[in-house]
Amino acid sequence: MRYPWFHLAEQATQVVLFVGDIGILLAQAIGFVLRGRWELRETVTQMAIIGAQAVPMVVITSGFTGAVLALYSTKLMLEFGVGSLAGGAVALAMARELGPVVTGVVVAARSASAIAAEIGSMKVTEQVDALRALAVPPVQYLVVPRLIACLTMLPALGVLAFVTGVFGGYAVAVPIGVSSTSYLMGIRDLVDTYDVFAGLLKTVVFGAIVALVGCRAGLRTEGGAAGVGQATTNSVVVTVLLIYVTNFVLAYLLFGGR
Amino acid sequence: MREQSQAQSAVRVVDVWYEVDSRWVLQGVSLEVRTGEIFAIMGPSGCGKTTLLKLVGGLIKPQRGQIWIGDTEISRLSEVGLTPIRKQVGLVFQYAALFDSLTVYDNVAFGVRRHITRREKEVAEIVKQRLEMVGMAGTEQLYPAQLSGGMQKRVGLARALAMNPKIVLYDEPTAGLDPIMAETIDNLIVDTTRRLSVTALVVSHDLTSVFHIADRVAMLHEGRIIACGSPEELRANPNPVVHRFLRAGGIVQDEQTATVQERDR
Repeated sequence: MRYPWFHLAEQATQVVLFVGDIGILLAQAIGFVLRGRWELRETVTQMAIIGAQAVPMVVITSGFTGAVLALYSTKLMLEFGVGSLAGGAVALAMARELGPVVTGVVVAARSASAIAAEIGSMKVTEQVDALRALAVPPVQYLVVPRLIACLTMLPALGVLAFVTGVFGGYAVAVPIGVSSTSYLMGIRDLVDTYDVFAGLLKTVVFGAIVALVGCRAGLRTEGGAAGVGQATTNSVVVTVLLIYVTNFVLAYLLFGGR
Repeated sequence: MREQSQAQSAVRVVDVWYEVDSRWVLQGVSLEVRTGEIFAIMGPSGCGKTTLLKLVGGLIKPQRGQIWIGDTEISRLSEVGLTPIRKQVGLVFQYAALFDSLTVYDNVAFGVRRHITRREKEVAEIVKQRLEMVGMAGTEQLYPAQLSGGMQKRVGLARALAMNPKIVLYDEPTAGLDPIMAETIDNLIVDTTRRLSVTALVVSHDLTSVFHIADRVAMLHEGRIIACGSPEELRANPNPVVHRFLRAGGIVQDEQTATVQERDR
């Protein structure tokens, strides 16, 4: 019979191993970047896959997120006579929270799973061993391009999410009764540059989480097709959980006093 | 004498032990592969052949023992320390392990671009030579998924040879192939080993192939080397396990079978 504390200790060990793995992967990737040993062609390919191909999903999800936010807030604000703040409220929420989180979750769903599945398949078909046999470190060829792609593309997608979210809110708020000018003036009054840049900083952190968790899951894959499936599922679950937890910590650190 | 012997050894495995999931897959394995020879390790499935090959290729590390590639002991080297060794050792995987997102050309050029030359003209020349050598010229723009198993293995061999290795390791080179393709691969191994003056270490349970190509053969059984010598010496080996394995593979006949065949004639 296994005691509960034994199970807890086992889980704690897994968490420590996971954190250690992620830390080592990040350190190795930074080492390769600093030594200029990264694959330009593979990086550009990954930027297209992780960034450009995610544009439609980010536009749709953030656009509707801004729209539904405006739908709830605008009526309430008009009732209290502060309808001019509707644009600012939507933009502030999109800049600080919803834009980065929606972007992070969309990319996690698309790319963390794809990264884990691709690298996992390479692992079980010995392609990762083939890289090592050809004296090419897997971290250099597989992790660094995906990490750079996520770190650069998520902020870009975050900007897109912010803009489309604000437009989504505009498309709902103006027909409800907020004037176009007061919607835009509300943004100017409530949102400052810090909000936008701090939100983008969140997307950078989320990008690192997506890339590292996906790559780690792929490189740890064992046991054929079932193992690839398991790695793919785990990568999405862990990435989304980490994004939400990290988002709270970052929100507290970046906006806690504002 | 000892120094001379070491200089002639391309690979030396000294008392190597390897454990997986509390089971000793290899138990004190020692062997020596001489420079320029084709050395084959045969044995039943699960006896540790591929594990031994991966240890020699530096892909895994033994719990105990030493592995020498030339005059370098590799079993305690870091990944960075292994890089120069890996450039000298080509590995042909059982299922080729070609990069499926790259064309045949890019697969063969993969190591060349990173370790030999970045000039595309020179890369193209090397790729062309190696693909011609394995009879795969004209497939440059195909992807691995468009090739048969035998063709993939030949491209895998071209990829390994493109790095100009001193030693080539083959993991079950004829597994899953029809007899004609298996013979083609066998001939390629012999031909490329002689033409490029490399050393070949082959693991296989295909005894026809092993006895066709090998200069020397070792038999691995339950994690131990139980016989080693020339093919003729192996045929004459009195060890019942070796004899049974060779008889099952059609390499030797037992006396009863031979008598019946003689009478039928």
